[in-house]
Amino acid sequence: MHDHLHRAKSTKVSTHYLKSQNPPKKIRSWSTLIHLTRLEFKQHPVQGALSMILLVLVILSGLAFLNWGVFNAVFISDEAACQLARSTGACWGMIAEKYRLILWGRFPFEEQWRPLTSVVLILLTLSLSCVGTLWRPAYRQWLYLSWVWCAAIFEILMSGTFFGIDIGLGLAKVETDLWGGLPLTLLLSIVSIALATPLGILLALARTSDMPMIKTLAVTYIELVRGVPLISVLFMASFMFPLLMPGLQSPDVLLRVLAGITLFSAAYTAEVVRAGLLSVGAGQLEAAQSLGLGYWKTQRFVVLPQALAHVLPGLVNNFISIFKDTSLVTIVSLYELTGALGLALNGDAIWRPFKLEGYLFIGLIYFCFCFALSHLSQNFNKASQTTPKMSA
Amino acid sequence: MKILELWHHKRTRQRLFQCAVVLILLVVVGSLSYNTWTNLKSRGIQSGFDFLMENSGFDIGEHFLISFDSSDHYWWAFLAGLLNTLKVSMVGLICSSLLGLMIGMGRTSHQTLIRWCSRAYVECLRNVPLLLQLLMWYVLLIEYLPSSETPYSWFNAILLSQEGLALPQLMWSSNSSNDFLDTQLLWSWPIRDIYGIHSDLNLSPEFISLTFALILYTSAFIAEIVRAGIESVPKGQIEAAQSIGLNDFQINRFVVLPQAAQLIRPPLTNQYLNLIKNSSLAVAVGYPDVVSIANTALNQTGRALECISILMAIYLSLSLLVSWGMNQFKDASSIAIEKDKERLERSRLDPQGTGARHA
Amino acid sequence: MIEFKLINKWYGNYHALRDINLEVKEGERVIVCGPSGSGKSTLIRCINALEDFQSGTLRVNSVSLNEDLRSVQLVRQSVGMVFQQFNLFPHLTVLQNLTLAPIQVKKMSPENALFLAMAQLTRVRIEEHAHKFPAQLSGGQQQRVAIARTLCMEPKILLFDEPTSALDPEMIQEVLDVMIELATQGITMICVTHEMGFAKRVASRIVFMDQGQIMEEAQPEDFFNHPKHPRTQAFLAKLLDH
Repeated sequence: MHDHLHRAKSTKVSTHYLKSQNPPKKIRSWSTLIHLTRLEFKQHPVQGALSMILLVLVILSGLAFLNWGVFNAVFISDEAACQLARSTGACWGMIAEKYRLILWGRFPFEEQWRPLTSVVLILLTLSLSCVGTLWRPAYRQWLYLSWVWCAAIFEILMSGTFFGIDIGLGLAKVETDLWGGLPLTLLLSIVSIALATPLGILLALARTSDMPMIKTLAVTYIELVRGVPLISVLFMASFMFPLLMPGLQSPDVLLRVLAGITLFSAAYTAEVVRAGLLSVGAGQLEAAQSLGLGYWKTQRFVVLPQALAHVLPGLVNNFISIFKDTSLVTIVSLYELTGALGLALNGDAIWRPFKLEGYLFIGLIYFCFCFALSHLSQNFNKASQTTPKMSA
Repeated sequence: MKILELWHHKRTRQRLFQCAVVLILLVVVGSLSYNTWTNLKSRGIQSGFDFLMENSGFDIGEHFLISFDSSDHYWWAFLAGLLNTLKVSMVGLICSSLLGLMIGMGRTSHQTLIRWCSRAYVECLRNVPLLLQLLMWYVLLIEYLPSSETPYSWFNAILLSQEGLALPQLMWSSNSSNDFLDTQLLWSWPIRDIYGIHSDLNLSPEFISLTFALILYTSAFIAEIVRAGIESVPKGQIEAAQSIGLNDFQINRFVVLPQAAQLIRPPLTNQYLNLIKNSSLAVAVGYPDVVSIANTALNQTGRALECISILMAIYLSLSLLVSWGMNQFKDASSIAIEKDKERLERSRLDPQGTGARHA
Repeated sequence: MIEFKLINKWYGNYHALRDINLEVKEGERVIVCGPSGSGKSTLIRCINALEDFQSGTLRVNSVSLNEDLRSVQLVRQSVGMVFQQFNLFPHLTVLQNLTLAPIQVKKMSPENALFLAMAQLTRVRIEEHAHKFPAQLSGGQQQRVAIARTLCMEPKILLFDEPTSALDPEMIQEVLDVMIELATQGITMICVTHEMGFAKRVASRIVFMDQGQIMEEAQPEDFFNHPKHPRTQAFLAKLLDH
C-alpha cells in the first residue's frame, strides 16, 4: 500500500510535445580528417597497410600507363615513328590506319557508310528503349514498332535487299559472309537475346510445371546445354548442321551460328527465370486461382511480371554474358569485332606487332557496352524500389 | 459428348498434351536421324567409334602426365587433351578462388582506396570478353618477353622467355638403370644451350596465358559472389563479434565467412563449372586441350558426330563431377552439426564421463 | 447452397478431414472455429477447390465438385475467398488488382470494370487509395482491398480464412466492420476466425472443429452460453480468458 502511494507521487508526466529541431552542423576540417584517419588505421592495421601499398602501386602503374599510352605514344599512322617507339610508347596510329577494317570487317570499302548508319540506328533505338516512360502500356507499341523498323532498315542497309527481295533502292548486294565487326556483334547479340528470352521463359515454365514428361524434357535440355561449352555448340552448328538437313543443304553460316547461340542462351535464361518463378509466393497463385484465372492468364498477368521483376539484375547479367559470348564466333570464322581485328592485322606485316593497341581499343568498346548495360540494371533496380512494388 | 468430357478432365488433358509433345519430338528426332544417315551414306563417310583405335598421325605440343607422339591412337590423344584441360582447370580453380576471396573481401573493406581498386578490378575484368583478354595476354607474352637466348632468369633456376616459364622439378632418378633400388629424389634444373632452353617442367606461353586469363576473369566473378555473401550476413553479427573483443581477422574467420559460405556455395559451383567450360577457349591460342584435340581429330577423320559427342560427354562428366564434389561440402557442415548434437547428448546422458548411462 | 456429405481428406497418411457433414443454406453466416491443426482452413479451402478430397461428395451451388475442370471453374466464379496473407498482386495498383479478373474472366469492358471496381472500393470505404500500390497501404487497408477484389466478381458465397489474424490489433476492427456490413447485406459467408465478439454479433451458426471433425454445431447463444462437448468448453474457457 505504502509503495503504491510512493510510486504514484513520483510519477512524471510530460505536459506537452516538444517541437522537432534540426541537428547540429558537422565541422569538417583537416584536423578532424587526420584524427579520423589515424583512428581508422589503429583499428584496422592490416587494411591500413594494404591501403598504403595499394596507393603506391596505383600511382606507379598509373604513371607507367600514362607514359606508355599518352606521353610516348604515337597518334598518327606513321609506321616509322611507331617502330621507333615500339617498347616505350603505344602506337595508336595503327588504330587510325586500320579502324575501318576493325569496325566494319570485310564490308566493301565504299559502302561502309551502310554499316555505320546501321550501328548508329541500333544505338539510337537502344537508347530509346532505356527511357522508362516509353515502357508504359500506352507507348509500348511505339517502342515495338521502332524495333521492327530498326530491324528492317538494318537488313536493307546491310545486305542491299530485304531478305532476298530486291526493293530497288540501288544498293549493292552484300552477302552475309562479308558482314563483320561491330554491326555483326550487335546483330548476333540483339537477335539472340530477343529470341532466347521467350524461349527461356517457356523452358522455365516447363521446368516448374506439374506434368512429369514436360518437366523431364525441360530438365534434360537445360542440364545438357549448360554442361557443355559454347564452343562445342558452335562447332556443332558449323560442322553438324549440314549433316542434319536433307540433301546436305545448310542455311547461311550466320543463321546457323545464331541458332546455336540462341539455343545455348535459352537454357541459361531459363535458369534465371526459374529462380524468379520460385520467388513468387504460392499465395499469389491461390489468389489468382480463386478469382477464376486459368493457367496461362495467371502466368501472364500475375506470376511472370513479378518473377521477371525479381530477377531483372540476373536477366541483365545474362544479356551481358550473351553479348560477350558473341566474340566466340571468331572461332568458326565469322569475323565480328574480335575476329575483325585478327583479320586486319594478321596479314599485314607492318602493323602486326601492334596487336596490343588493337585489343585495348576493342576492349574499350566492349567495356563501354557492358558497363552501360550493368549500370542500367542498377538504375532499374533503384527506380523499381522508389515505386513501392514488392510487399509480403 | 464423352470426348468433350475427357477434354475437361484435368489429368486426361495433361496426359494428352504430354503425349503430343513426345510424339512431335520423336518425329523431329527421327527425321533428323534419317537425314543424317542418308547424308553420311551419300558422302561415303563412315561412322562409328572405331577410328579411336587408329594412329592419330599428329603431334601434341605439350602433354601432362603422359607422353604422346604421332604413332599413338586417337583415344590416347583425347586422353592427353583431357589431362591438359584438367591441368589448366585445377590450377585455375585454386588460384581464382583465393584471388576472388581476397578481392571480394576487399570490396567490403572500410578503406575507400581498397574498395575502389577492387571495384575497378571487378568492373574491368567482367565487362570484357574472356577471348579478348586471353588473346591480349598471349600477345603480351609472345611480343614483350625476351627470346630464349636472353631470358629473364632468377638464380639460373627459373627462366622466363618467349618459350615459356622453365622451372626446376623434383624427380625420381636412378644412377644406374639396372639398380632399381638406387633411385634418388633430385632436382632437375633447366639447361640453356645453343638450341634453346630445355627443362622437364616447362610452362608454355599458351598455358600461362590461358591460365592467367582464366584466373583473372573468374576471380572477378568469384569476388562479386563473395561480396554478396559477406553483405548478406546481418550487421548485428559483426557488432556482436566486435563487442566480445574479436579482431578483424577473427571476425571474418569465425563469424562472417562461415555464414556467408552458405550463400556463396551454389553460385561458386556455377563459376567453377564456367571456368572448366571456358578452358575450351584454348583452341584460340593453340593450347592442346580436349576441344583442340577434338577439332584436329574431326578435321582429319571427318567423324564430326563422334568427335563432338565424345567432347560433350567429357564436359558433361566433368560438370557432374564438380557439382557432386561441391555438394559434399554441404554435407560436411551438417556432419559437424550432427557431431555437436551427439556430443551434447552424450554429455547430458553421462555427465561424469564414466560410460554409464544416466539413470 | 453448400453441402458436405461424408467428406474425408488425407495429406499423405495424415487424416485431415474426417467424415465431414455440413450444410450451409443461402444467406447463412457460418463461423468455423477450433484449435490450430483442426482442419478449419482445409475445410473451407475445399469449397473453392483449392484442396481436393479423397472421398465423399461436395456440392456448391448445386454443382458437384470433382476433377472436372468445368465444375471447378463454375464454382470459382461464384465463390470468393479472402486470405489471411491478403495475397494482393504487388505489381498492380489497387484498381488494377480489382479489375483484372472481371476483364479477363468475365470479359467485361474496361469502363464497366472500372465502374464496378470503384463501387466496391466505396463499399469498403477505401476509394481514395484506388491508384496506390498495395505496399503503400496498411494491413487493414490491404485486407479491405482484398475483400473488394472478391466482391468485384459478384460472388454468391464469401469464404474468409482467418482474415484478421495477420493484422495489428488496431486494424482488426476496420476489417471486421466491413465484414459485419457484408453480413447484414445478406451475403452467404463462411468465416474461419478467432474473433469471438464478431462471431457473437454476426453468426447464424457456429461450427467447432477438432482433429478434423466437426465436434459441435450450434446457434451462437447456445454455443457460447451452453457448450455441450467438453472439448468446446475447454476451448471457450481458454479463448474468453483474453
